[in-house]
Amino acid sequence: MAELTDLGVAAIRDGFRGGDFSAREVADAFSARVAAAGALNAFLVETPDHAAAAADRADAARAAGEAPLPLAGVPIGMKDLFCTRGVATTAASHILEGFVPPYESGVSQRLWDAGAGMLGKLNMDQFAMGSSNETSAFGNVISPWRRADGGNSALAPGGSSGGSSAAVAARLCPGATGTDTGGSIRQPAAFVGISGIKPTYGRCSRWGTVAFASSLDQAGPMARDVRDCAILLENMAGFDPRDATSLELPVPAWEAGLSGDLKGKRVGIPAEYRVDDMPAEIDALWRRGAEWLRDAGAEVVEVSLPHTRYALPAYYIVAPAEASSNLARYDGVRYGLRDLPDGANLQEMYAATRADGFGPEVKRRVMIGTYVLSAGFYDAYYTQAQKVRALIARDFDRVWERCDLLLTPTAPSAAFALGEKSADPIAMYLNDVFTVPSSLAGLPAMSVPGGLDAQGLPLGLQVIGRALDEQGVLNASLALEERAGFTARAEQWW
Amino acid sequence: MSVDEATVARIAKLARIAITPEEAARLAPELGNILGWIEQLGEVDTSGVEPMTAVIPNTLRLREDRVTDGGVRDAVLVNAPAAEHGFFTVPKVIE
Repeated sequence: MAELTDLGVAAIRDGFRGGDFSAREVADAFSARVAAAGALNAFLVETPDHAAAAADRADAARAAGEAPLPLAGVPIGMKDLFCTRGVATTAASHILEGFVPPYESGVSQRLWDAGAGMLGKLNMDQFAMGSSNETSAFGNVISPWRRADGGNSALAPGGSSGGSSAAVAARLCPGATGTDTGGSIRQPAAFVGISGIKPTYGRCSRWGTVAFASSLDQAGPMARDVRDCAILLENMAGFDPRDATSLELPVPAWEAGLSGDLKGKRVGIPAEYRVDDMPAEIDALWRRGAEWLRDAGAEVVEVSLPHTRYALPAYYIVAPAEASSNLARYDGVRYGLRDLPDGANLQEMYAATRADGFGPEVKRRVMIGTYVLSAGFYDAYYTQAQKVRALIARDFDRVWERCDLLLTPTAPSAAFALGEKSADPIAMYLNDVFTVPSSLAGLPAMSVPGGLDAQGLPLGLQVIGRALDEQGVLNASLALEERAGFTARAEQWW
Repeated sequence: MSVDEATVARIAKLARIAITPEEAARLAPELGNILGWIEQLGEVDTSGVEPMTAVIPNTLRLREDRVTDGGVRDAVLVNAPAAEHGFFTVPKVIE
């Protein structure tokens, strides 16, 4: 039999139910693999006891003949943005060092209620601000992938959910949670050759998730294939009265609804996503993706989203503005770090704590946000950005009159080397050019691996759907997955 | 868009982040570049467009006006860098 850690979510769930192995065997196998993968720096905290306890409960329930919970026997990784009761949660920032939440986030609680266990807390870009995992206060995550050029340059696992992507790709966990504000699930998934879906804004509770930009933040799963993502999403989504923007809707049976047959569906190819200096390989993969969807029965049409080029600048007003407001809570009074220089007053304590506790990218964004919200500038920046955002959402509304789904590349490049873009904030921001528009409009979007580039690195394709049509997004992604036949995995060097 | 060091110092003060003059000098061109880049939004004609207020149409829920939380003082204080007698403590603010 294959090694247990080679199994995905569905295979573990089904094998456990079928009596092929115990939940405890699975949990221990993954925990051992996590413990041996320190070189990747994917985990900030390892919690083998949490995984073992959930596994023991699953084994006891199975022995007692009880009906299995949906995720019984499945251990997962938890992005460190989710508050976990009794387990340190830092959002990869020095300012939250030592914070141990006395409560559980809405999303993680649902997963534990469904029988899942936690292998540990996953590294990430600090406060989810970054596209390469280089803004973590606790060191870079190293992608398990390497270029096929014989060099050993350390590559970015993408971000902000870079610990999640690296851990799933390296088979340290069969699935993980991520969060996506402007692409933080989809871009890292694409960089390491796995799948990840950001559901419609409001599907997953934001309660107990460390806030970055509240009108954009959405949790979602990252796993090896579309089915595994559907299973995890079913057990993460759902109404939560503690989140004012939570959608009061039933959670569809996405896994049961999976079908790669796209007859009767129309898929749009947005002309504006064909950006200047896009690598030829990505353009070729995009065309191949359209062929795959046609082969699955869909009709492919050219469409236009005219305000696409303004999505990134609008995002870099809205997200920092919301961040500057959300991060005002880190004041050295209620939790986390306090820096109190000798003789400092209260205002000086705030300023010293925040100077010491926030990393450079977080400071940059808080200051941009503070600037665009400051007196005299609010209308010119923030109000204008929210108007442009309305236009971007209207572009999508209009395009849905012509098609049901959109197909685009996930990112404008394959994984880059660590350090390659970190000196130029705008070059880093441009990485999210294909993922940000759907975030601004709150739409469900998924990345699936499509193939490898000439350097042997994974490339992703993105499917965007109408609000609440996660099923359509999952199904088109499944059709791509079935035809891409992506089986490549990073050779183990760690 | 050019941002001078005095502007950086003013923003940092509003954001309650202590910065040194050297940091202000380094941040000025950096913030200037980013603000210059986002200023391209000014070229979009938004006349007659309402700013977005909700990403996905949703109704604000009302609930009965009664206490549903509380009584967890120790849990609230458990992560405080400094707490005494059931309160958060801070440097003296009144002379």
